[in-house]
Amino acid sequence: MNKRSLLSLFVGCVLALVSATAWAQDLHQTAKELASSDKDKVRVAVEAIAKSSEPAALALLEALAEDSLRIDAAGVPFVAGESRSLSPVFGGSAKPSGALSAPTLDNSLRRQLEPALASLKLGFPDPKVRLAAAKDLAKSRNDDLAPLIRAAAAKEKVAEIKTNMLLALAQIDLHGDDKGLKLAALAAITAAADASFKPDLERMVAKGGPETDAAVKKAAVTALSVIDSRLALISVIGNLFYGLSLGSVLLLCALGLAITFGLLRVINMAHGELLMIGAYSTYAVQKFFTAYFPAHQDLYLLAAVPVAFIITAAIGMLLERSVIRFLYGRPLETLLATWGISLILIQTVRLIFGAQNVAVANPSYLAGGIEVLPGFVLTYSRLAVILFSSAVTTFVWFVLQRTPLGLHVRAVTQNRQMAAGMGIATRRVDVWTFGIGSGVAGLGGVALSQLGNVGPELGQQYIVDSFMVVVLGGVGKLAGTLAGAFGLGILNKLLEPAAGAVLGKIVILALIILFIQRRPQGIFALKGRAAEAM
Amino acid sequence: MNVKAELLRLLPRNGWIGLGAATFLALLIPILNSVTAVDSALHVPDYLVALFGKFSCFAIVAVAVDLLWGYTGVLSLGHGVFFAIGGYCMGMYLMLSIGEAGVYRSKLPDFMVFLDWKELPWFWKPFDNFGFAMLAVLVVPGLLAYVFGFLAFRSRIRGVYFSIITQAFTYALMLLFFRNETGLGGNNGLTNFKSLYGYSLADSGTKLGLYTVSALGLLVVFLLCRFIVVSKAGRVLCAIRDEESRSRFAGYNPTSYKLFVYTLSAVICGFAGALYVPQVGIINPSEFQPASSIEMAIWVAVGGRASLLGGVLGAFIVNGAKSWFTVALPEAWLYVLGVLFIAVTLFFPGGVSSLLLRKKAAT
Repeated sequence: MNKRSLLSLFVGCVLALVSATAWAQDLHQTAKELASSDKDKVRVAVEAIAKSSEPAALALLEALAEDSLRIDAAGVPFVAGESRSLSPVFGGSAKPSGALSAPTLDNSLRRQLEPALASLKLGFPDPKVRLAAAKDLAKSRNDDLAPLIRAAAAKEKVAEIKTNMLLALAQIDLHGDDKGLKLAALAAITAAADASFKPDLERMVAKGGPETDAAVKKAAVTALSVIDSRLALISVIGNLFYGLSLGSVLLLCALGLAITFGLLRVINMAHGELLMIGAYSTYAVQKFFTAYFPAHQDLYLLAAVPVAFIITAAIGMLLERSVIRFLYGRPLETLLATWGISLILIQTVRLIFGAQNVAVANPSYLAGGIEVLPGFVLTYSRLAVILFSSAVTTFVWFVLQRTPLGLHVRAVTQNRQMAAGMGIATRRVDVWTFGIGSGVAGLGGVALSQLGNVGPELGQQYIVDSFMVVVLGGVGKLAGTLAGAFGLGILNKLLEPAAGAVLGKIVILALIILFIQRRPQGIFALKGRAAEAM
Repeated sequence: MNVKAELLRLLPRNGWIGLGAATFLALLIPILNSVTAVDSALHVPDYLVALFGKFSCFAIVAVAVDLLWGYTGVLSLGHGVFFAIGGYCMGMYLMLSIGEAGVYRSKLPDFMVFLDWKELPWFWKPFDNFGFAMLAVLVVPGLLAYVFGFLAFRSRIRGVYFSIITQAFTYALMLLFFRNETGLGGNNGLTNFKSLYGYSLADSGTKLGLYTVSALGLLVVFLLCRFIVVSKAGRVLCAIRDEESRSRFAGYNPTSYKLFVYTLSAVICGFAGALYVPQVGIINPSEFQPASSIEMAIWVAVGGRASLLGGVLGAFIVNGAKSWFTVALPEAWLYVLGVLFIAVTLFFPGGVSSLLLRKKAAT
């Protein structure tokens, strides 16, 4: 780069700066005109502002269009917000001086404002503003803006914004008479595969419809088929995602069950109630935060995780010590006794918290989602559940495979007498295992509290599904539970659109029964003597 | 075959005397209800008759569950299915016999008019016939149990696995019956019955009749199950319960024995359900709830397993307590039931009958 070009660059910069300042100065002057009672002056001012590319210009026109623009005696513009708050359009901390006046907003001004705003936004330097404007225009059709959008689209460099502008144009051109424009519109629709055009296209394709041109019809059919295949893709991806998130929920519910069942051969019918207590612990922690740390309300969920784990683990250990240990080796009796425990837990929660559902709020960071494809949003809460369940699974895996306790647990699972003979205190291992299994159920409850209603019967809804996961996956292996949970979750969601939620469940049960015909011990069967002990 | 000798083999002498006394008492109830004056000390009020009628139906279920659990060692947590399906078969007949006396004055049952259906679904049509409906009460649960049991026992699903699968079975059917599209009244079920075989259900005579049929039904079912238990097949059942693998090695096929008992107990439950529905006047999908099936197991556990008398006693005791508590102390009932579950399994595995019969409980 030589000196001259450097110099010219510098001059260019200075000029740009000066002109921008000049524009800003102009804008201040022009804004004053808006308050004028002379309609022509206002019209000229709006025209001038629309040519600007300052953020303030946009703020001015938007405020004007929403009838929230106020101008004080000195001609400084303000935007009236909620509850009489005023914020200066040009920034700073200016206070209004003297009486405020509002520009008169009549129909002719409104008619002028709409294209002015649109052209200002479509040509705005900030791509975010342009994108939002293009999306807005694609949503609501306004034939008068067509030339404006066409010009903007021709100039646009960013692909995403251009696509949206073309779609906005297509919305208009599709209803026009020009064949060439129609074909261009259909090409844009085909390229974007935008499902919102589906009804329009179907009307065009229909026999005896307003459309007569064969070429246009053919293009419309192509566009429709592209849209349909896109919709099918979205629904498959969506179902997979929902299946994955349902699988994660099932995994959280069944993981604890698999631990207690795998180790102790104990069917814990109160497992669902441990989930429920985990959810209620979340509720209690939320209440606590509301009362004592309202400023950090959103953090309650993080605090609830250890609290729920500790509470449910303690309840589980208490149950093991007081009831279940007397029933080892009598699985059917354990089933009935733990059912009795579940009734007592339900009634106790009902007495403490009431029979009605309680409200557990989603923290703000779990609201919303990412739009992966147009029309398909990955919600943060579901993503969080998937992440959380993988974290819990990793935790359980770590405890079982990498800690001395886990080593003992596995030893007792494989052969209780031999383990005892090697000096492992099997009774103590039982208690701890039950504690961990119950604690994991509590963690599942934390997740459930974010997904649905929290009520005393919460656990009953999940207990049958959790058992199915364990039966399907086979006991004694984490991988089996994992496979069972995701298999059931995804199968459930894939069947749902075809068969409906209820029939889908029944089909799944039938499939499980048929599956057990082939592999009575589940997907991951224990081999040898451990299997015979069932 | 010497019928008298066979009959005497069913029960010990004391047993026959007790059974006679119980039957006499049971039949005394309708007499005391209809003959004595309302203010007499001996009068049995109507609601008690209805209550005993209901309890008799439950006791029939308990005998069936006991035959399966106590003697064969198979704990089904889905016997509510057969009870409810028997009830639905009866309910469909009762629904159709309403005729045009329903709210909408239509030939169709009210809920179908409400759903704007124009025609009776195909599976409803034959239920117009009383004979067919009574046959269906026994055959439909039996067939369902046969198919389900065949699949389950064939693949040697045992113990808690079987209990869990049956629980899921009743859960799935509950969801199915909750649907309006199933054509059985959705979550409201079938109700507002008017008459049974021409007798108005509102008449106290019909009520007494239903009670009497229930009590006699209990007697017949009890003797039938007793007959099976004391027969050679009953011995094999106990052998399967105690050592399934060994009885298989000894040459018996546990699958077919289990399947027979499972199907029979399903048929008996269907019969009980059919008697239950006209007495309470409604059948809805809540009968399919896993909880109600599990409660059936606790009747047997309280009364004492492997003792048919225990089943009957348990059904009366638990349901009597339930009736009393849900009125007097509704909050406490779930606690009582929960403690009952725990206490019976922990401290009292032989149940009430082990006290009466001084027999060692089977484990």
